[in-house]
Amino acid sequence: MQWETVIGLEVHLQLATRSKIFSGSATTFGAEPNTQASAVDLAMPGMLPVLNEQAVHFAVMFGLGIDAEIGMRSVFDRKNYFYPDLPKGYQISQFADPIVGRGQFEIQLEDGSSKQIGITRAHLEEDAGKSLHEDFHGMSGIDLNRAGTPLLEIVSEPDIRNAAEAVAYLKALHSLVTYLGISDGNMAEGSMRCDINISLRPQGQQEYGTRAEIKNVNSFRFVEKAIRHEFERQADILESGGRVVQETRLYDAERDETRPMRSKEVANDYRYFPEPDLLPVVIDEAYVQQVRDSLPELPAAKRHRFMEAYQLSAYDASVLSDSLALADFYEQVVGVCGDAKIAANWVQVELLGQLNRNELDISDSPVSASALGQLISRILDNSISGKIAKQVFEAMWQGEGSADDIIAARGLKQVSDTGALEAMVDEVIANNAAQVEQFLAADDAKRKKLVGFFVGQVMKASRGQANPKMVNQLLAEKLK
Amino acid sequence: MAIEQDEIEKIAELARIRIPQQEIGELTQRITAILGMVDQLQAADTDGVEPMANPLDATQKLRADEVTESNHREAFQAIAPAVENGLYLVPKVID
Repeated sequence: MQWETVIGLEVHLQLATRSKIFSGSATTFGAEPNTQASAVDLAMPGMLPVLNEQAVHFAVMFGLGIDAEIGMRSVFDRKNYFYPDLPKGYQISQFADPIVGRGQFEIQLEDGSSKQIGITRAHLEEDAGKSLHEDFHGMSGIDLNRAGTPLLEIVSEPDIRNAAEAVAYLKALHSLVTYLGISDGNMAEGSMRCDINISLRPQGQQEYGTRAEIKNVNSFRFVEKAIRHEFERQADILESGGRVVQETRLYDAERDETRPMRSKEVANDYRYFPEPDLLPVVIDEAYVQQVRDSLPELPAAKRHRFMEAYQLSAYDASVLSDSLALADFYEQVVGVCGDAKIAANWVQVELLGQLNRNELDISDSPVSASALGQLISRILDNSISGKIAKQVFEAMWQGEGSADDIIAARGLKQVSDTGALEAMVDEVIANNAAQVEQFLAADDAKRKKLVGFFVGQVMKASRGQANPKMVNQLLAEKLK
Repeated sequence: MAIEQDEIEKIAELARIRIPQQEIGELTQRITAILGMVDQLQAADTDGVEPMANPLDATQKLRADEVTESNHREAFQAIAPAVENGLYLVPKVID
């Protein structure tokens, strides 16, 4: 049986506010346990939530970034469940009237094609605290620093068909929210957490199969692995004539398997009702327009501009616009050297190659954008060949100075002096009489191949520093 | 609208309320009576009436994104039954 996988993702995005969504506590990551948990976060009697305007602003920015309908009047609700890291016994969330309605955005696939993914909704809510299950004399430890951190829960339509698309979706989302500056997008610190809804249906069938939900997958790699694993699990069940049970499962990265969550055996029944401690949030057209006017250039717009203004391929434009820092770096390099195409190659092949090998971020690059731009300028003005430039780049990476310093110190400047080159060419011709004879006897097509031998000899004699273009010209003149 | 005994038990579990077995019958009757009143309310014509999220005719005021709280962990933990290494301790919970 050919199965089609149907996937929808729910992403919990931590918003980059300074304070919590309903209290004035700090949201700094990594603080000592419970030092950023106020009376509101602890649900002390009589405490009331007051909504953070920045959280609303960030949510509207996101909505505009995916061309969504903005909820001009949104309502907070209580989602009721008991867990020790949720001191109130309910989470303040949004249910019927979220702040961001239906939207969509484009993802880039590896084969260079793109696909539209629908967004069902995005709503504001508060995060819960953290439970630590290490052994505290048979008890669990609770840290409420994270309780009340603002989250935007982004729910996608079931438009995703495989693990690669899911990863592409998350990468595009990551890129969008970091461009917008509404989240640091740091998956390792839990700023972007993902629940996966996945079901299988026979290829060609319209109706959806029964889905399982996999909770809290927190890296691109685990998303891919969890989906692959869950596909096999469900396919095995269906192919042996069984039925998939609708349930919540946890992905265990160590064992590379998903397994059911025990505590949610009682069917989820959150008994949502409007949060009486908060009034409806009403925003107006003027506010939305003001947010719209303040939006930066977004990844998709930048990608298209790179393709048009710089004549880059869809793939190159997509790689170079992936993060704002990389896009800015690239544009600076272009600004200095003036050649967008060569700059694109150097940034992607040499620079990103080195950064990846050394597990460095673009912001930690030891070679600055202007330094790289100057190096490329030296290729363009024929001071050095592309091959020598790679040596120079290596030295720049090691901190040996600017391109010009290194070229001068190592004597790498390309020989473009006609007199010097002529002498070398003459010498090569004199030393290779047999090849010259063969060349002169050959027809044009063959000559094109044979001339390479002479170019190679001259380059060797000059230790790679001869200007190849001029060597070709001189050989053409002399071998007649 | 009637409510069954097992629904009462399920709601009690969700709300973490322990109801003695001998009281469930009486409780079911009382809740059924309340639901009778709800049925009367349900009979009202609400076509074109927007659901009310809050009885006050007002909208939410927002606060500036500023850190205004400082660390009072010691005071809060002084009234907690069990703490260790800055954590609140609770009966073991595992997913």
